[in-house]
Amino acid sequence: MRYARRRFHVTASVARTTRWHRLFQIFSPLAFALLALSAVTANAAEEAPASNVAAAPATDFVGILSQLPNAGLSDKQQLLEQLIASHHASAQSVLKALLDEHLYSRDSDGKVFITEEVDTGLRLTDPETLTTAGTEAADGFSKVGTNNALRKFLRGAIAQFRLDDPDRSVRLVAVHEMLRDADSATVDLLRVRLSSEKDSAVRKAIEIGLAIADLDSDDAATRLAATTALSQTLDGDAYNKLKAISTANADGSYAETDDGVRNAAAKAAQRIEFWRGIYGSVETLFFGLSLGSVLVLAAIGLAITFGVMGVINMAHGELIMLGAYTAYVMQQLLPEHLALSILLSIPAAFLVSGLVGVAIERSIVRFLYGRPLETLLATFGLSLILQQLVRSIFSPLNRSVASPEFMSGTLVINDALSLTYNRLYIVLFTLLVFIALQLILKRTSLGLKVRAVSQNRSMARAMGIRSEWVDAITFGLGSGIAGVAGVALSQLTNVGPNLGQAYIIDSFMVVVFGGVGNLWGTLIGGMTLGVAGKLLEPAVGAVMAKIVVLVFIILFIQRRKQGLFPQKGRAAEGH
Amino acid sequence: METTTMKPPSILLAALRQDRGGQILLALLAAALVLVPLTNLVVPEGSALHLSTYSVTLFGKYLCYALLAIAVDLVWGYCGILSLGHTAFFALGGYAVGMYLMRQIGTRGVYGDPILPDFMVFLNWKTLPWFWQGMNHFPVALIMVVLVPGLLALIFGWLAFRSRVTGVYLSIITQALTFALLLAFFRNEMGFGGNNGLTDFKELLGFDLQAPGMRIALFVTTVLALAGAYLACRYIVASRFGRVLQAIRDAEGRTRFIGYKVESYKLWIWVFSAMLAGIAGALYVPQVGIINPSEFAPINSIEVVIWVAVGGRGTLYGAVAGAVLVNYAKTYFTAAAPEVWLYALGALFVLATLFLPRGVVGLMRRAAA
Repeated sequence: MRYARRRFHVTASVARTTRWHRLFQIFSPLAFALLALSAVTANAAEEAPASNVAAAPATDFVGILSQLPNAGLSDKQQLLEQLIASHHASAQSVLKALLDEHLYSRDSDGKVFITEEVDTGLRLTDPETLTTAGTEAADGFSKVGTNNALRKFLRGAIAQFRLDDPDRSVRLVAVHEMLRDADSATVDLLRVRLSSEKDSAVRKAIEIGLAIADLDSDDAATRLAATTALSQTLDGDAYNKLKAISTANADGSYAETDDGVRNAAAKAAQRIEFWRGIYGSVETLFFGLSLGSVLVLAAIGLAITFGVMGVINMAHGELIMLGAYTAYVMQQLLPEHLALSILLSIPAAFLVSGLVGVAIERSIVRFLYGRPLETLLATFGLSLILQQLVRSIFSPLNRSVASPEFMSGTLVINDALSLTYNRLYIVLFTLLVFIALQLILKRTSLGLKVRAVSQNRSMARAMGIRSEWVDAITFGLGSGIAGVAGVALSQLTNVGPNLGQAYIIDSFMVVVFGGVGNLWGTLIGGMTLGVAGKLLEPAVGAVMAKIVVLVFIILFIQRRKQGLFPQKGRAAEGH
Repeated sequence: METTTMKPPSILLAALRQDRGGQILLALLAAALVLVPLTNLVVPEGSALHLSTYSVTLFGKYLCYALLAIAVDLVWGYCGILSLGHTAFFALGGYAVGMYLMRQIGTRGVYGDPILPDFMVFLNWKTLPWFWQGMNHFPVALIMVVLVPGLLALIFGWLAFRSRVTGVYLSIITQALTFALLLAFFRNEMGFGGNNGLTDFKELLGFDLQAPGMRIALFVTTVLALAGAYLACRYIVASRFGRVLQAIRDAEGRTRFIGYKVESYKLWIWVFSAMLAGIAGALYVPQVGIINPSEFAPINSIEVVIWVAVGGRGTLYGAVAGAVLVNYAKTYFTAAAPEVWLYALGALFVLATLFLPRGVVGLMRRAAA
């Protein structure tokens, strides 16, 4: 199945206390008390030179800035330190501009600007107010120069700024960026930050990073402490590092010379590997369930028209497609309100596909009851017409339907397990649709009539049920559910005229596998097929997994031709 | 009845005597056998009566489809087995011939490897896979044309009919079968050229495939195969065996209670039908010059069923008429008004099932009566 993924690399909330987190919370203060202590001393040594620059002539932000272009490279660092010490709101922007070589001074008056190259010259931004100051030709400006040492200083200073940012996600990104190429300076910065950091996610990221850095320490005790700390994480970098120091080189020697540390590292690596494996399986299971949900959504309308009524509706896929296009149209009508348009398209798609379904039943299907093969052919013809209709109206090209904010992003459970929200919502939505459908069939008078007609048509008619009317409504219900499935699919994949075709075979497989006339069978059948497919995927590849599942269904039907949950009693006789 | 005591040829003759549609079909095929080579090879180009080689190939293609339609009608029209996966057998037959034609290319491929086809060299394969061995011999390829589809049908049918999978369920798992094969043949690892399939054929039995004479030879072979298949099917359905098949179609349970082994009857007609489909595919591939996995697409199989439904189910000649008519219309519409084609085809399915339960043939019979 074409099951397009949209991944969103936005990290959101960290939730759920696992056994691991509790252990981590117990051990981490012990392990890091030592590190925090050394950080404080290191910081004190760093701050010392900054106080020497107090003798500089100007101490206000603009004054310092104006000296910058003409200062020698060695003086620039002192000026920049004053700039930082001024705690001016735009200090960070100035440092960033200087690092990116976007800081220029105007030759005529020596005034400094943050610039951006445009076609007509340089677009100027006033460094103090960060407001635009017009665009001027690039000729009259000189770049404020830097060298390697200065750039290194700038990077550290900017990192420090970002580490102090009130937004926790900015801090988290900053920590990860700093750890990517950590040196002693960044490590020291992080140690300082750790002592004042309140957010648990940022703390954890720093702690892991520092522990990885400590594995290179000369002191075996420090390395052992770091190993102990790291054994409680699931972090990928930590695992690689532990694995590297505990694995023998080609000549039989070890990167880690101390036996105790090496054994601890090997054990820790093993633990991490084990838990990552467990969480990996959970993730596969989740992928399988979300794929299964898509199958169930696509098939559950069919479970009504095919399963309950015994009508093979080959145009079912096109009813899904119509639902997806309804979501697309709704989004064109309400481009400013993404979430609202998606929520509104659910009932709208139900109505559109449902009405088309009723029309199909009234005009074609009702003449062909009891002749399933002819119904198959006629509805297949109809599916071709609907596809071409959509092609004529919307063009044959695929359309994309944007996802609202709450659908994007990832639920991070721990380093080894994160679940994307759109998949999570699909699973929940499928369950909701399933429950709603069960309630309609089991708790409403309409459901009672539907079941009565499907079990024994003539008896139901004798009881005064208008079976023709029930047929039309049942078909409409199944078709409407297909439309709702289309809205959900529009969030996962592109909307095009062939959308329905991609799901029709799978839908029939799910219904037949689960057992005709049984919604529970469809739910469990769909989920089983989804999970089985995803479990097979790593071993044999996606295409082969699908083939294996298809062959499995073919063989399964031989053993139990009534599916997983065969109908029993009177209802079974109708089929 | 009298047929039980008659010898096979006389059964066939007796059946043909009552078979007006069949007589017309055979007469038309005989006429095509004479007229097509004549107008294509003898009548000079530029003459109003000249038939282009392109048209010869096109007609040949229609007749391959007609053969496939007969195979479907045999199991659907006479035994009630609606196969939505018959193009799987068609494509397998096509692949068997495609493999032979591929081996005939020899050193003329892009990479010039005397044994390995181009796509294998491209995939960096060093040796020929076992299932390609011997496919450079024409007789081996011919055996494979019927053996592979027949074997697949035997295994599938043995499983399905023994478990009494019938009706809609059977239709859906035949669709699963062809869909699984479609996915499998798309894989490069399968060794059948993956997505691109087998193409760039040069010659058959040492003769250039593009030559007009070769085209005519292929056309004549197709006509003869179609006529032969028609006679064979007519004989089968007129025989005692065929009457049991029709009894199964109309009342499977009752036939079983009378004491017939329904499974074996179904299985043998199913395997025979698959072999016919394989032959149709084998004739199709040299004429169109390519075979790729899209031939397995489930939608193609459904289309074949439509041809039969439009022509008239359970008549055999109706299947031929349906296949030729629908495909001619397809060729015409896709060139003249591509937008309209799917509407027309869709409407045809709907209207044919609603208003023409006996197909075009039934309509003509009613008009004649």
